[in-house]
Amino acid sequence: MDETTEQLNRVFAALADPTRRDLVARLAAADATVGELAEPYDMSLQAISKHVKVLEEAGLVTRSKVAQRRPVHLDAEVFDLMTKWIERYRRTAEERYRRLDAVLSRMSGTDQPQEDAS
Amino acid sequence: MTSTRQEARIVAADKVPTIEIIREFDAPPAHVFRAHVDPDLLAQWVGPHSLTTRITKWDARTGGEWAFANDRDGEEIASFFGSFHEVRPDERIVWTFAYEGDPDGVALETITFEAIDGGRTRLTTLSVVKDFETRDGILSSGMDVGVNEGYEKLDALLAKGA
Repeated sequence: MDETTEQLNRVFAALADPTRRDLVARLAAADATVGELAEPYDMSLQAISKHVKVLEEAGLVTRSKVAQRRPVHLDAEVFDLMTKWIERYRRTAEERYRRLDAVLSRMSGTDQPQEDAS
Repeated sequence: MTSTRQEARIVAADKVPTIEIIREFDAPPAHVFRAHVDPDLLAQWVGPHSLTTRITKWDARTGGEWAFANDRDGEEIASFFGSFHEVRPDERIVWTFAYEGDPDGVALETITFEAIDGGRTRLTTLSVVKDFETRDGILSSGMDVGVNEGYEKLDALLAKGA
């Protein structure tokens, strides 16, 4: 596996968890400390901290060393990698369906399927 | 191509290993359905772009079976097989889909043909596989299409420019 594949594995695994996706969605709006992130949840600070650690190891977030606040920051570049990956499969489906478009346009006006010998 | 055609949309669920592909076509359901059950028509569009599709077994009715192979330069690259669980004309096809290279991995696919305005069709293909790893395997093989996880939230996030 190349490095990109390994990073994708980590990112997708990290985002397979709904709490972590929620954290990412909130960090997309603004940086936040672990304490701030934990507020809306019925979950211990340690549990949230663990989730943040998984996101950090996946390269999705970084934690600055500014004073004691240590806010969590979303690293949006990783999403480019995911978008490219998802887009590749979407394109494959789209290409296939464009061929179906072509088949359908050849069919219009005919009531029977074309049974040519080619 | 008309401006009404939409691009394929892919939705993968969070909690179950599914891949759903939704796409609209400028043709009535009867035509889109026929393009799925007539082997000569199917072979013209199904499968990866770089390969040709050779139908080896085809009995498109409830309880029937099917198989096809993909070739490149006359050499077989991959082959697939399954059963038609249900063939309901112009409405729905339910079939199993298996890759010969992974005999224990089988997908259950429900293909729905929905009539929409303007004599058009919304085609929805829902694939269910046994676990997330299998879904990843399908994706990484390049033999099928879809998305790893259910990232609708992520889609929304990306749309916002995150």
